[in-house]
Amino acid sequence: MSYFAGKYDVAVIGAGHAGIEAALASARLGCRTIVFTINMDAVGNCPCNPSIGGTAKGHLVREIDALGGEMGKTADECLLQMRMLNRGKGPAVHSLRAQIDRRKYSETMKHKLELQENLELHQAEITEIEELDDHWKVTTRMGAEYDVKAVIIATGTYLGGRIYIGEVSYESGPDGIFPATFLGNSLKKLGLSLRRFKTGTPARVLKSSIDFSDLEEQSGDEPVIPFSYETEEQLENKVVCHISWTNENTKKIILDNINRSPLYSGMIHGVGPRYCPSLEDKIVRFSDKERHQLFIEPCGENTEEMYLQGMSSSLPEEVQIQFYHSIKGLENAIVMRPAYAIEYDCVDPLQMDNTLEFIEHKGLYGAGQFNGSSGYEEAAAQGLVAGINAALKIKGEDPMILDRAGSYIGTLIDDLVTKGANDPYRIMTSRSEYRLILRQDNADERLTPIGRRIGLISDKRYEKYLKKQEFKAKELDRIKHTVISPSEEINNILVSRETSPIITGVKLVDLLKRPQLSYEVLKPIDKDRPELDANIFEQIEVEVKYEGYIKKQLAQVEQMRRMESKSLPIDLDYKTIAGLRLEAQEKLNKVHPSNLGQAARISGVSPADISVLVIWLSR
Amino acid sequence: MNIIEQSTIAAVSTPLGMGGISVIRISGKDAVSVADKVFVSVSGKKLADMKGYTAAYGKIYDDGELLDEAVATVFIAPNSYTGENVVELSCHGGMYITSQVLRTVLDHGAVTAEPGEFTKRAFLNGKIDLTESEAVMDIISAKGRAAARSAIGIKEGRLRHEIDDVKASLIDSAAHLSAWADYPEEDIPEVSADTLNENITVALQKLDSLLKGYDIGKSVKEGIDTLIIGKPNVGKSTLMNFLSGSEKSIVTDIPGTTRDIIEETVVLGNAVLRLSDTAGLRETDNPIEKIGVDRAKKRIESCGLVLAVFDASRTLDDDDKSMLNLIGDVPSVAVINKSDLCIVLDVDHVKSKVSEAVYISAVTGDGIDELIAVVERITGAAEFDENTAVLSTERQRECTMRAKNALEEALNALHSGLTLDAVTVSIEEAIQALLELTGERVGEVVVHSVFSKFCVGK
Repeated sequence: MSYFAGKYDVAVIGAGHAGIEAALASARLGCRTIVFTINMDAVGNCPCNPSIGGTAKGHLVREIDALGGEMGKTADECLLQMRMLNRGKGPAVHSLRAQIDRRKYSETMKHKLELQENLELHQAEITEIEELDDHWKVTTRMGAEYDVKAVIIATGTYLGGRIYIGEVSYESGPDGIFPATFLGNSLKKLGLSLRRFKTGTPARVLKSSIDFSDLEEQSGDEPVIPFSYETEEQLENKVVCHISWTNENTKKIILDNINRSPLYSGMIHGVGPRYCPSLEDKIVRFSDKERHQLFIEPCGENTEEMYLQGMSSSLPEEVQIQFYHSIKGLENAIVMRPAYAIEYDCVDPLQMDNTLEFIEHKGLYGAGQFNGSSGYEEAAAQGLVAGINAALKIKGEDPMILDRAGSYIGTLIDDLVTKGANDPYRIMTSRSEYRLILRQDNADERLTPIGRRIGLISDKRYEKYLKKQEFKAKELDRIKHTVISPSEEINNILVSRETSPIITGVKLVDLLKRPQLSYEVLKPIDKDRPELDANIFEQIEVEVKYEGYIKKQLAQVEQMRRMESKSLPIDLDYKTIAGLRLEAQEKLNKVHPSNLGQAARISGVSPADISVLVIWLSR
Repeated sequence: MNIIEQSTIAAVSTPLGMGGISVIRISGKDAVSVADKVFVSVSGKKLADMKGYTAAYGKIYDDGELLDEAVATVFIAPNSYTGENVVELSCHGGMYITSQVLRTVLDHGAVTAEPGEFTKRAFLNGKIDLTESEAVMDIISAKGRAAARSAIGIKEGRLRHEIDDVKASLIDSAAHLSAWADYPEEDIPEVSADTLNENITVALQKLDSLLKGYDIGKSVKEGIDTLIIGKPNVGKSTLMNFLSGSEKSIVTDIPGTTRDIIEETVVLGNAVLRLSDTAGLRETDNPIEKIGVDRAKKRIESCGLVLAVFDASRTLDDDDKSMLNLIGDVPSVAVINKSDLCIVLDVDHVKSKVSEAVYISAVTGDGIDELIAVVERITGAAEFDENTAVLSTERQRECTMRAKNALEEALNALHSGLTLDAVTVSIEEAIQALLELTGERVGEVVVHSVFSKFCVGK
């Protein structure tokens, strides 16, 4: 019943956001890559919100783009609306968020995979992966057997997927697509420990059935700032979103039916994300909250489906209809797809190292929800790292390890493989200790040289990057040497901004340092200012204003990187190191940190334990 | 040189309170420059200009305030115990002085040494034989366990409550800031600069009072550096002998024979005094005696309490007046001796220069009770409650200090109109320092708090 179907370098299981980046990176780095998707129409699907980005997630998209990934470019191509979140809250937390055309996004990504050299896209369910001496065998449900050097698992919510809507429950992937039912057993046979996580999505309702007349409108920012450093055309906002609120009645309907929720009746055992609970979760856990906000977001230009952000639920369909109808604007809403909860299998990411390779299974990688994360952007970031590292290994090159100080991608992966994930992991700016360095405005500066070295940044793009850096250096030099003399014009500006006027000549850079002033405000008196990319001014302004903080964080980075440069053998048995405390031995054996810095971040490992390791290392 | 250890560390390397001399060891690449910030040699030569294995005699200052005299010995890498640059400051040994000196060193760029860290560095730099490495690991893990035990010691009790209070309010603020930034599309209440300002200010005040309590607590436990001064032959040696109950001070009728500073610990009610008797304060041409007098003058500036002894039967002369002028702001008690004789001393003048005045007869013991009461009052020992929160180690103080500095930075950022992300970073730094103090793991406290306190969802 089985047949030999061919030899490839890399097999990617799943073509969601993780699988896509993994496959494209691997193929672009010259590896023959085969990608399996259970359904050809589910490539690059966005089964939850029709949006990409958000706080910290927007940082991830910028970073993926800076390394040569695809998510940012495709989001720009499918843009419906773009907003820069958190303006006014500080540069560390500025983040782009895009509403995107869901169907177009999926099609665009699929087309990119189809056009990619070295890449083959197949519709097939993988039922088994086998570890052989120097390669892996991957088998499809049809019995096709592939010999590959590396396997990247990016199964999302398909692996052992089960949907819950009230008392109704059935095996399924997202959006009614069938799940992967055999692969789980094969992974267990390999010795991987699997667990159940849960997530959910709200209903989609028909646009023409919504009464928008009394709802607050939310428009995009003008002009649109794109995600990708390669997007050159000026993008336009095409849609608006709307805001509404739940009320006492919504709350009552939900509480009256709470025992019909599989979450509360005990049907669902999977661990759900703390940060995106279903509406019934929010109402039970935050019972004193009078009302909850929801955003009504269009799913695309060629569809009337509207997404109800904030209204995820696993209550029975008729209860959903009832509570949606209690919300202003949705009184007559027609539910096209009900909200549902989905439970799926994933692994404990402590079993992986920072390249996302399984420590005990060379050549096997994991990415995305399979690793215990949540979110399209988190998935894409891991896919990119897994794909790059699988390819680098096959080519016999050094791995690409992104550290916490250099990117949110590195922070995300380090958190997963060092601390593990007890519920679906979402990136947040508060997860980074180096927030003022890891900004969305300088992602290219942090990562494009790395992307270039690896081979994912084209000559043209790299030249553009170098040019920008050159302009930036020149401009920085200019403002440091430009002296502004006191004049009525400048002092009027200063006084109107409630900052002290100048009596003697002051360097432009020193004016820019004042929190009350900006490039924009100083424009009238800065006569020799060159025409430059807005991003350059943005970066310089931040660097000048936050110089003290940035310097301090850079010093912390230096300290951390010294610790990280001390590698620990990955197969070390910590039980054999006598000076370590028992708890430390156990934790270290579980995580198998790749360096001292990572070891120090494991909970239960004390500074004294680290000292013991330092000494052990230098023997 | 190993690549991990870049910080400069310091600790008292002789057992506290034992022996006449205490050694504060500073090790690391900045050891010499840190030492130069606190030590001024008599010759005026900078330690940075000295060769290895050389020593200098000089004085230790804390931002201009004289703390102690010391001998500084310089070792240049790799020729030192740790293999790094090392400066050893040998001071006079009182616990109070020693910890003051260590604190100054820590305030000028060194960090507290981890348990066994000198030994660890010695090993890493090849100063200890490889075969000894197991023993070194044992020492470190034993010391680490001891440190962990002492951290557990503060799990209960008032200090822990105080710190937890401050920490909890800071975590609240940080979680609010984080939820507000990470979930801009949820209806998270605005973080108001006023509330933030208030929270930080309250936290700062609490940390400040803890830091002040550290000094009082330390004084109570380890003794107040107390100086007995006075003109020759007014019986101060007798007073000291009376207080200490021993004949350690040399007592004679010939003026100016007490030349050395002699230390003795005396318990006076709630106050523990580390008494030093000095040479009689008198302008003199006798070279031997002159050394003692100069020393006494310097000592006044660095002590915690002055007991200025006067003879009630004699009028104030120029020496008395110049001595009174030396006291300045130092807490001081005029101890007016020989009250059984008729009083000719200008008591009003004395009282105008000192905090308190007490009549006493060192011969009969009269007035001692009053002296105890006065001393307790002006040293804060009277109000000291054993049960209030007290920072008990230099490490705890350092962590508290770091938290305080971070919060001051947060306030600065807030007041200068910087955006709240910068304020957040400083608040989180303070939280981290306090978590270190209580020996908790620096984990995802803020992230956890966001999820438990704020309703954020999809």
